[in-house]
Amino acid sequence: MELNVVTKPEEIMDIKEIIKPENLVYQKSEVLNDDVMHYCPGCSHGVVHKILAELIEEMGLQEKTVGVAPVGCAVFAYNYIDIDWQEAAHGRAPAVATGIVRVNPDNFVFTYQGDGDLASIGAGEIMHACNRGENILVIFINNGIYGMTGGQMAPTTLEGMVTATTPFGRNVDLNGYPMKITNLIAQLPGTSYVTRQAVHTAATVRKCKRSLKKAIQNVLDKKGTSFVEVVSTCNSGWKMSPVEANNWMEENMIPYYPLGDLKDSVKGEHSDN
Amino acid sequence: MGELRLMKGNEVLAEAAIRCGCDGYFGYPITPQSEVMETLMARQPWNETGMTVLQAESEVASINMVYGAAATGKKVMTSSSSPGISLMAEGISYIAGAELPCLIVNVQRGGPGLGTIQPSQADYFQSVKGGGHGDYKMIVLAPASVQEMNDFVDLGFELAFKYRNPAMILADGAIGQMMEKVELADQKPRWTKEQIVEMSSDWATTGKTANRKKNIVTSLEMDSDKMEENNLRFQKKYQKMEEEEVRYEAIQCDDAEFVIVAFGTSARVCQKAVEIARAKGLKVGLLRPITLFPFPKKAIQELARKAKGFLSVEMSAGQMVEDIKLSVYEAGSNARVNHFGRMGGIIPTPDEVVEALEEKFSWELSYGVKRSY
Repeated sequence: MELNVVTKPEEIMDIKEIIKPENLVYQKSEVLNDDVMHYCPGCSHGVVHKILAELIEEMGLQEKTVGVAPVGCAVFAYNYIDIDWQEAAHGRAPAVATGIVRVNPDNFVFTYQGDGDLASIGAGEIMHACNRGENILVIFINNGIYGMTGGQMAPTTLEGMVTATTPFGRNVDLNGYPMKITNLIAQLPGTSYVTRQAVHTAATVRKCKRSLKKAIQNVLDKKGTSFVEVVSTCNSGWKMSPVEANNWMEENMIPYYPLGDLKDSVKGEHSDN
Repeated sequence: MGELRLMKGNEVLAEAAIRCGCDGYFGYPITPQSEVMETLMARQPWNETGMTVLQAESEVASINMVYGAAATGKKVMTSSSSPGISLMAEGISYIAGAELPCLIVNVQRGGPGLGTIQPSQADYFQSVKGGGHGDYKMIVLAPASVQEMNDFVDLGFELAFKYRNPAMILADGAIGQMMEKVELADQKPRWTKEQIVEMSSDWATTGKTANRKKNIVTSLEMDSDKMEENNLRFQKKYQKMEEEEVRYEAIQCDDAEFVIVAFGTSARVCQKAVEIARAKGLKVGLLRPITLFPFPKKAIQELARKAKGFLSVEMSAGQMVEDIKLSVYEAGSNARVNHFGRMGGIIPTPDEVVEALEEKFSWELSYGVKRSY
């Protein structure tokens, strides 16, 4: 078979043709602000922000959304997505979101939390918000490390993983075990949709966006708490290049924190996961 | 005249919250104030006014729920007692730093630690000097009756919204638990969404619309110059409170040679002590601070021009006495300032107060002149 890769001159589109709306293949969401992000190159936060902003725009939620930013690397999430935001104290985002949604039940309220924020200092607040079935979305960025404070051990740090506070690797006798908090959350009858996703490849980004969309729709349908964990990289904290970090995550993080839905039911049902 | 009822102080807090159009209450049980949430849950105000009532998993959570709800421009409150307020200190600091209006009630019990469930006034410092971290102040109202428990809910919200700052009702176990006649206010409607947008859409998270920029409620500012600007703005606000919001009651102070200064339950006891002292021929008056912050400094300084002495009567080891001393010192007065207090959950008796006054001011009483030092 003869391959003809040469485009004939009359088939080449000129620039005016290319920027016509019908030829558009990608556009930055209007809900994503133009501020330069402070996240390190290779970090998963930027991707999750992007798909979240896209969904807020696509689902027409800008006016009814209130985001709750955590303490951690995403402390400045409020600079990047063009919605009303509240900055919570470390770990308290689920309580803050509870306050917002309880007196504004028609708002779409989400928290955006890291592993230190959600699984360590805020373990109490997340458990109880999920157990009450607060009608909120929780986005949980799990990169197994405290990024903002300089790479210390998190509850989700893998066994043997070197961090600033586990310089010889996480020792389970000393530090306990990496916490699969999402599995605990899935046990709580207040949650309706609990899933674990990633954003390190084009395919996983698309899947993660689909999951987030479903989670948001559940909140809009008042089905209880929706919880989306995103297994993420922290190449700076892990002391790796972005590509190495993606590979390391696939080889080490995902086997311990396998991707997929942990629960997809209605509020009030227990999960056997 | 409004509806008259015989009620407990804690129950009145709940009733007053509903009637003033409060949007939400978030709390956690702790003695001696659990009746606040119990009364609210029994009243089911969500059926009547749409008010939300939620039992949180901890005081840490309840104050953060208040933070979240207050940031949307709604009228929200919590109540607790001393150890619970310590847990809330973090959240209160964030609320002050983010300049949010809310009402916090502390029905004090004795400390430190678990201490006792009996009444105390030992959280004065915690309430008026900060409690949480950073330079901030709360408006602190000290009720001395069940009626004032009622009145200060509405007043607390009014001041909180006027200054976009947390306000606190600093009661104690005695005021919370005792029953008195109270005149209740008429039911006020809760603010509508439109009213809240009208009042607060320049700062509250009412939802970003096309006609305004996004609102970010935060206490964080990484630029030191900007943070200092914020700090200076807060201080200016606190100064304005000191100029405009001082409230106190002066009883028989006009000719007083000795002024008892007491708030809350202590002030009730001292009213009787003044009667006993007057019957003995002693010229004693009572100054009752109603706002503990802002402190009635000028009123004390005015009295210090004539008075020989001040006796701070507190159910603590002596905390407010320091503010009285500062006021008297700044006025350049020679009046002597003493403290008498009981602790451990004990309420002083009027006789004890008069005895303490006679003993601590025996020099002034014998020689009739000011002691200079």
